Amino acid sequence: MNKEPIGAGELPVQERVRNFNEVVSGYQEKDALAEAARCLQCKNPTCISGCPVNINIKEFIAQISKKDYSGAYYTIRKTNNFPSICGRVCPAEYQCRRACVLNRNKTSFASEEAININFLERFAGDYGMRFKLPAAPAAAGSRKASGLRVAVVGSGPAGLCCAGELAREGAKVVVFESLQSCGGVLRYGIPAFRLDREILDYEINSLVKLGVELRNNIVVGRTLLLDELFKEGFDRVFLGLGAGVPSFLGIKGENACNVYSANEFLTRINLMSAYKFPAYHTPVNIGRQVVVIGGGNTALDAARSALRLQMINGIKPDVKILYRRTLAEMPSRRIEIEHARQEGVEFKFLVEPREFKPDEKGFVRGLECLLCELKEADASGRRRPVALEGSGFSVPCDLAIIAIGLGANQVLSSVTPELKTDKHKDIIINPATMETSVAGVFAGGDIVGGEGTVIEAMGMARKASSGILQNS
Amino acid sequence: MKILSKDTLVDHAGLRIFRMVLDAPLISRKARAGQFVVIMASREGERIPLTMVESDSQAGTITIVFQETGFTTRMLGALEPGDSLYALAGPLGHATEIKKYGNVVLLGGGVGVAEIYPVAGSLKQAGNRITVIIGARNKGLLILKKELESLADNFYTATDDGSEGRKGFVTDILEEVLKKEKQDLVYAVGPIPMMKKASFVSGAAGVRAVVSLNALMVDGTGMCGCCRVSVGGQTKFSCVDGPEFEGDKVDWEELGLRNSMYCDKESHICRLNSLKP
Repeated sequence: MNKEPIGAGELPVQERVRNFNEVVSGYQEKDALAEAARCLQCKNPTCISGCPVNINIKEFIAQISKKDYSGAYYTIRKTNNFPSICGRVCPAEYQCRRACVLNRNKTSFASEEAININFLERFAGDYGMRFKLPAAPAAAGSRKASGLRVAVVGSGPAGLCCAGELAREGAKVVVFESLQSCGGVLRYGIPAFRLDREILDYEINSLVKLGVELRNNIVVGRTLLLDELFKEGFDRVFLGLGAGVPSFLGIKGENACNVYSANEFLTRINLMSAYKFPAYHTPVNIGRQVVVIGGGNTALDAARSALRLQMINGIKPDVKILYRRTLAEMPSRRIEIEHARQEGVEFKFLVEPREFKPDEKGFVRGLECLLCELKEADASGRRRPVALEGSGFSVPCDLAIIAIGLGANQVLSSVTPELKTDKHKDIIINPATMETSVAGVFAGGDIVGGEGTVIEAMGMARKASSGILQNS
Repeated sequence: MKILSKDTLVDHAGLRIFRMVLDAPLISRKARAGQFVVIMASREGERIPLTMVESDSQAGTITIVFQETGFTTRMLGALEPGDSLYALAGPLGHATEIKKYGNVVLLGGGVGVAEIYPVAGSLKQAGNRITVIIGARNKGLLILKKELESLADNFYTATDDGSEGRKGFVTDILEEVLKKEKQDLVYAVGPIPMMKKASFVSGAAGVRAVVSLNALMVDGTGMCGCCRVSVGGQTKFSCVDGPEFEGDKVDWEELGLRNSMYCDKESHICRLNSLKP
């Protein structure tokens, strides 16, 4: 038996940096079988506790081993509505794989020996998609939400998940989305090279087939107010508003031309297809020397997108990620760091940006920085970077992308005082039911927990859908 | 999102300004003076903000006025009644604070004249005495003159070439109006140099000036930060914090530079489509 971990297929570096096609091609059947065979099928599996929605990992891997792929698909579907999406974007090395007994790392992320649970999940999910395995509605007699009308606000991971859960139980669900297309961060944030748009479209179409109605271009809080949803006849409301507001550094020169938030840069490319300009009409500027500030997945997505734009436009790739801590503390996925390195993204660690320097036309030309030193751990549990005075140096750049985090979307809460929020402007909920301070209104995803993962958002949405069912 | 009617306000020397009435029942119920919508003319289109000029909740319509300045506004100008926009979302941004100030001067330059129209109406209704000053490069480019003239207690026009009203700028007239009579508020919408000058002139006379900014936007709901402006040394998002700000606190130079960020791309896409950049 092969005990070496099985990697997933990947597009060759020279090919993939010239387009936005999906980089990881996933497992073939033989790969899935070989990787599943490495699973020890522990009597007391630890991996499951590492999964935010407690997928029965042991079970679905056993089913893959028995070539019962549809069984594996439905095992995952019991607690995760979108296995193909999570199999691609879940930070498995920080979650289930870290909890795998084969993991040899003591760090926050798993070693490569841990079972590639995410690739197996993706394999099972894609099998379900390929054979169009239906997300079957509950049997007519046992539907818990027949006749219930639910408004879901926001079509990101939380909203889509909640909509699917309730629609399967017979509820009439209408999803309200402010943008012209659905998917939330899966559409505007995560690039197609990490999540093929066909998968997102498939999952959204599946919801429509279940009877979910999508209403785009409606900004709840502006076009319609919360109380008006009830007046329109909705019995319950779920808020999956997301963490959509980009943070900035608050340093001098930050509003110079070609200094972008990662949200703006990625939205232009992903949602508005600016990489196909001028066939699509939204422009995005392409730098010759790009710096990206931050160490999370969004920073890597922005850096790899910027590098692709350079390659597509015949510019020598030059993209640097500047991060205040070191490689070990980077919260991004390890596989994405590896992919970014392969593609030619440079990493500069222990760097703190201090001032953007624009030219006479207002375009950024350089970034003044200080070096940092790591001190004792801070509230986040990571070692705290402290800038060293006198260590100043400058990094030339003609395009800069700030990817240092996101705050709560306040469009709705700012006009709905009865909807109680905490000091971060996140919505306060009853953790048992996910109900907010407004009766009949539930919430989940980043608007509740702050910035989290897709699977965490889905976990909260499932809990909220149970809350809605209990409450009805 | 359907275009119900379209009329040409200006078609003069290669410059066109259109007025369109759009079917938008939900937006029309909420729209208030000073707010804007974000539109996409086609599936491949950009999202651009446009100020609403009128709304009619009975008819379920909103009215936009736009000048063909770039590629997207020309795509929009090519649409006809019966066509539908690809996307329309709103109303966005804060509404103008309507109350009784006393004497208010409203200044409109170019297509900005359309934007002061609903504000003038609302302020008048709230019992203010309103002075309206509108201007353009020449007579052929002046819009909504009749409508505003009938609303205003005092009404002035200015053109760069003197072909209508005073030869000169609206801000020249503003200076005189401020000297002649005590004013309680100045409200200005137009090109950046005009709003900047209006803010300066008002400030010198000790009168508060409110301006409505035309920053570039993508989503229009606070998610991207494209529209950030410095106001009193603080970064604000025009879409959710504005679009109106205190004129004396706006960093006009920065706004002008940021609004020119895609000039080369704009010329490129216009040339490719055989449009004059």
